[in-house]
Amino acid sequence: MTKTITIAHGNGGEENNELIKKVFYKHFENDILSKSEDAAVIENGKLAFTTDSFTVSPLFFPGGDIGKLAVCGTCNDLAMMGAKPKYMTCSVIIEEGFPTRDLEKIVKSMKKELEINGAIVVSGDTKVVPRGSVDKLFINTTGIGEIEYKGISASHLKDGMSIFVSRDVGTHGATIFAAREGIELESKLQTDCASLYPEVKKLIDSGIEIIALRDATRGGVSAVLNEWAKSSDVCIEVVEESIPVQEEVRGICEMLGFEAVDLANEGTYVLCVPKKDEAKALEVLQETHKTSTLIATVSEQYKGRVLLNSSWGTKRFLDLPTGELLPRIC
Amino acid sequence: MEELQLKNLYDNFRDGDTIKAFAKIIAEDAKKLKKPINIMEVCGGHTHTIMKFGLPQLLPKNVNFIHGPGCPVCIMPKERIDHAYVLSMQENVILVTLGDMIKVPGSNGSLQDARAKGADVRFVYSPMECIKIAQDNSDKTVIFFAIGFETTTPMTAVLVDQVIKSKISNILFHINHVTVPEVMVELIDSRDVHVDSYNNEIDAFLGPSHVSVIAGSKIYDKFPKDYGRPVVVTGFEPVDAMEGISMIVKQFVEKRCELEVQYKRVVNHDGNLKAQDLINTYFEKMSLFRWRGLGNVPDSGLKLKDEYEKYDAEKIYKSVLPIAEIEDHKLCICGDILRGMAKPQECTIFGTACKPTTPIGSCMVSSEGACAAYYKYGNLI
Repeated sequence: MTKTITIAHGNGGEENNELIKKVFYKHFENDILSKSEDAAVIENGKLAFTTDSFTVSPLFFPGGDIGKLAVCGTCNDLAMMGAKPKYMTCSVIIEEGFPTRDLEKIVKSMKKELEINGAIVVSGDTKVVPRGSVDKLFINTTGIGEIEYKGISASHLKDGMSIFVSRDVGTHGATIFAAREGIELESKLQTDCASLYPEVKKLIDSGIEIIALRDATRGGVSAVLNEWAKSSDVCIEVVEESIPVQEEVRGICEMLGFEAVDLANEGTYVLCVPKKDEAKALEVLQETHKTSTLIATVSEQYKGRVLLNSSWGTKRFLDLPTGELLPRIC
Repeated sequence: MEELQLKNLYDNFRDGDTIKAFAKIIAEDAKKLKKPINIMEVCGGHTHTIMKFGLPQLLPKNVNFIHGPGCPVCIMPKERIDHAYVLSMQENVILVTLGDMIKVPGSNGSLQDARAKGADVRFVYSPMECIKIAQDNSDKTVIFFAIGFETTTPMTAVLVDQVIKSKISNILFHINHVTVPEVMVELIDSRDVHVDSYNNEIDAFLGPSHVSVIAGSKIYDKFPKDYGRPVVVTGFEPVDAMEGISMIVKQFVEKRCELEVQYKRVVNHDGNLKAQDLINTYFEKMSLFRWRGLGNVPDSGLKLKDEYEKYDAEKIYKSVLPIAEIEDHKLCICGDILRGMAKPQECTIFGTACKPTTPIGSCMVSSEGACAAYYKYGNLI
């Protein structure tokens, strides 16, 4: 570990993992925590339990705001464990001088998103801190959900299984980047921020066997695939060309030197199913997003690694994103 | 007229069949080569393309790459990184720079570390953003730490122009712009201290297209003529790179030694004269610029002309800026890598002590550095 914490330690990639392992797991270690799933499964598999803190700049961005993000983020972590979001807490840390009108706008958008999930906020906390102590507003939400589909896990992938993305990738990351100070890109992009429980419910109801499910938040699709490959000790072979990326996201990536698979999403997930359910899964996924598609298959070629195959016959490993995401220089 | 979309600029240049077709042409031509050829791609952007798209996997064994020094962050000597760090730590200073620069460790740490300690360090995509930052923070001094080759110099020149013409009093500059042809000469003439010879392995150069968009292809005229090295100015998409390589191989097969332009869709012989004028208005050559790993290279760096010294942070903050040259870690072979005399895997600390998360040498810091590209993409070659 480095002596001080840097922005890179919050990137959802390698440094982030190091921070969690070397500081938090070291002291908090227990069987439930060390499974490191999106949400903890407790009470003999009946409940899923998770928490998340939200800071985003700007607070309002095309297609969403920090409030929507705070509900989606936590509810999606529950949904990714096959759980129906039920109860939530909401804690806010507010910087002195924050406009009340903006706060209410944010709370309203939380309420709207809670309704989509069928969840309610049952406890909360507010703190106001002197100017400069936080950047405008931080929100923490904790959620409990009732598990409707058991056995979803990052460590159950096997040779021959099929992996889908639920829609085109990298939209949230690209939207936020384009909206950030210092970049000044004009774009029509909107974040993919959305509650995923309704989509997961559809998958469960369709009767397909769900092996693994994860929303591709910080660290993007690369982080999810790498975690799965490691947890299950398999190789995930990706057909690079098949990864769906919106033109505008691709353009921003080209300009700034990013890869769409490394960018954060807030309403996009990765799904692994057995080969037998491939067609059915695609049909269900495409009912919600036409861009959903099969991107990879599980093999045993390079265990623990994610392999990208190009259309001209070359291959390379796709690693966890590292460092702070910075635009290239020239 | 149909609107030009960004995708038009790269879509066809990543076509699998076209790339395979070039691979076939190169393989056929390479059979006729008398001896293996080593092509130096001068620019880190090319290194990145070559590694990201796995191009070495498509090339015959007798066509090799030597990865050149064209990564603006990689060539910054530690003492200059320390300048940035020290400047960022000054009271009421906002230090602004481009992307990767904030990750490179100097002797006290990187700008990222400075930021973690409370310094106001910001990165911008376009230097012009400095004007807004300066307006929003009129009680502070914004120092633009300018880095890069011919490609980014005009952007700095435009900012200098604006600052002077609009009489903006709180923007200063620390200039670290460098130029490509001078360092290419240095590489050809360089002496390998280990074997005490002038032998370098470079047979030909792949010239970066974006440098020539500004400076024209004329900057390479002397290489085929005076140094016997063919140059092909090449674009950055995989189809571009493969075509550029095939043009070089053809020159060897046909016993030609010429300057050619693969990237004809944008590059001409003279380049962007307006940009060149602006650069010449505000900047002049430094007699020596110390390159990390390569040492002093004559005429390869730019500085603000003396008449603009009141905008020069290097002069204004002279008393606090360290001057001693700082050598690299003993085990680091970035210098040899930048000279094309070693490959990243030949370094004993590559991928072990030196990783993108904990870089020791500069080539591991920037995504365009040879070591970082090998670390990220090169594990299957």
